[in-house]
Amino acid sequence: MDFSVVFNEAHLKFLWDGLLVTLEVAAAAIVLSFILGIILGTLRYTRLPVISHLATLYIEVIRNLPLLLIIFFGWFGLKEWGVELPITMSVILSMTVFTSALVAEIVRSGLNSVDRGQIEAARSQGFTYLQTLNYIIMPQALKRMIPPLVSQFVALIKDTALAVAITLPELTHNAQIIYNKYPVAAIPMLLFVALIYFVINYSLSLASRRLEKKLAG
Amino acid sequence: MFDFGFLEGYEQDFIDGFLTTIGVSLFALVLSLALGTVIAVFRISGVKPLEWFGTAYVEFFRNTPLVIQVFFFYVGLPALGIKLSAFLVGSFGLSIYTSSYIAEAIRAGIQSVPKGQMEAARSSGLTYIQAMQYVILPQAFKLIVPPLGNQFINLVKNSSVLAVIAGGDLLYAADVAGTEQDITPIYIFVAVLYLLLTIPLSLGVNYLERRWSKAGTR
Repeated sequence: MDFSVVFNEAHLKFLWDGLLVTLEVAAAAIVLSFILGIILGTLRYTRLPVISHLATLYIEVIRNLPLLLIIFFGWFGLKEWGVELPITMSVILSMTVFTSALVAEIVRSGLNSVDRGQIEAARSQGFTYLQTLNYIIMPQALKRMIPPLVSQFVALIKDTALAVAITLPELTHNAQIIYNKYPVAAIPMLLFVALIYFVINYSLSLASRRLEKKLAG
Repeated sequence: MFDFGFLEGYEQDFIDGFLTTIGVSLFALVLSLALGTVIAVFRISGVKPLEWFGTAYVEFFRNTPLVIQVFFFYVGLPALGIKLSAFLVGSFGLSIYTSSYIAEAIRAGIQSVPKGQMEAARSSGLTYIQAMQYVILPQAFKLIVPPLGNQFINLVKNSSVLAVIAGGDLLYAADVAGTEQDITPIYIFVAVLYLLLTIPLSLGVNYLERRWSKAGTR
């Protein structure tokens, strides 16, 4: 197998640029979907009339749709509505919409794993409902949420590659451009790029396992 | 109300696309179950080289993008002189990817049954296979099935990756129909079709999870 096309200086630079876009999109979407997911998950947990039902509707519809459909919608659909986002922003938005629904479910089951009796106990001590969530329930839930959250964010990093379908200049897309020009290099190129994703995601998974042990111990 | 005018002339594309999405999902489910079971058995076999292979397989395919795995089959096989339909290319990519998750679900289910039970079963004269079949697997089953259901839902959603390789699935049909007209109503229509497939599956998985967790498994 000939890796010379991969390890050409110009090509490596081009892949590096792609990797930076991948990481930029992933990092932004992780932060935003974490925030939105916590809000949505907590709203669903609260059992507030109407609001918790709206949160449930959003979560159930979005998480049961293909991400690629949402990415298409965030690009071609929004354009049709006259919303012209830069492509990077469009993908960040779509990935945030999708992942926040999945994060919300993780948050909700984390919250549910804490005994609801603790809410009553804290309330009877004079905590407001928000204070109870903030200081009593959420800290306990967060610990249990770490492993599924990390898997979700690893999935997000992998899924940024789907944006190749709308030609976001991320890692997979840039690799594709190179091997379309040098078809013999397709397999080495895909292997090399797969390895890059693997190194990032596997390190994250290992770090999460270590953190989990530390928190448990 | 909702205007279905966009369907005109594309009825057959949408019907074919819907059936392709279902077909790929089912075909990949069978393949990935078979592959996933083999890998799970490798991982708990106690034979070191098999365990290493199983671990490497699971970690590699779980930590790399599905699109890349599909591209491997899409550009890799023709390079070796093997020409496959987009349906098969997509199914193979999806199966490899999903099998790594299924292998983990099966392994976790089996290992959640306390080790002592295997020892007890073996010492009372059952063979390894019998102990698996009559003692371990029936208990593991209830822990394995709900995650498998979730993987099937993911398969249905992920089958949309076929659109990237012009695979003729539902999302691809939407793309084709949307080239010369407004695409928003088409996306909404297609989204509803996906939900028709995934929501009943989700409800089914939720039901099993609730029912079996109440039954006091473990």
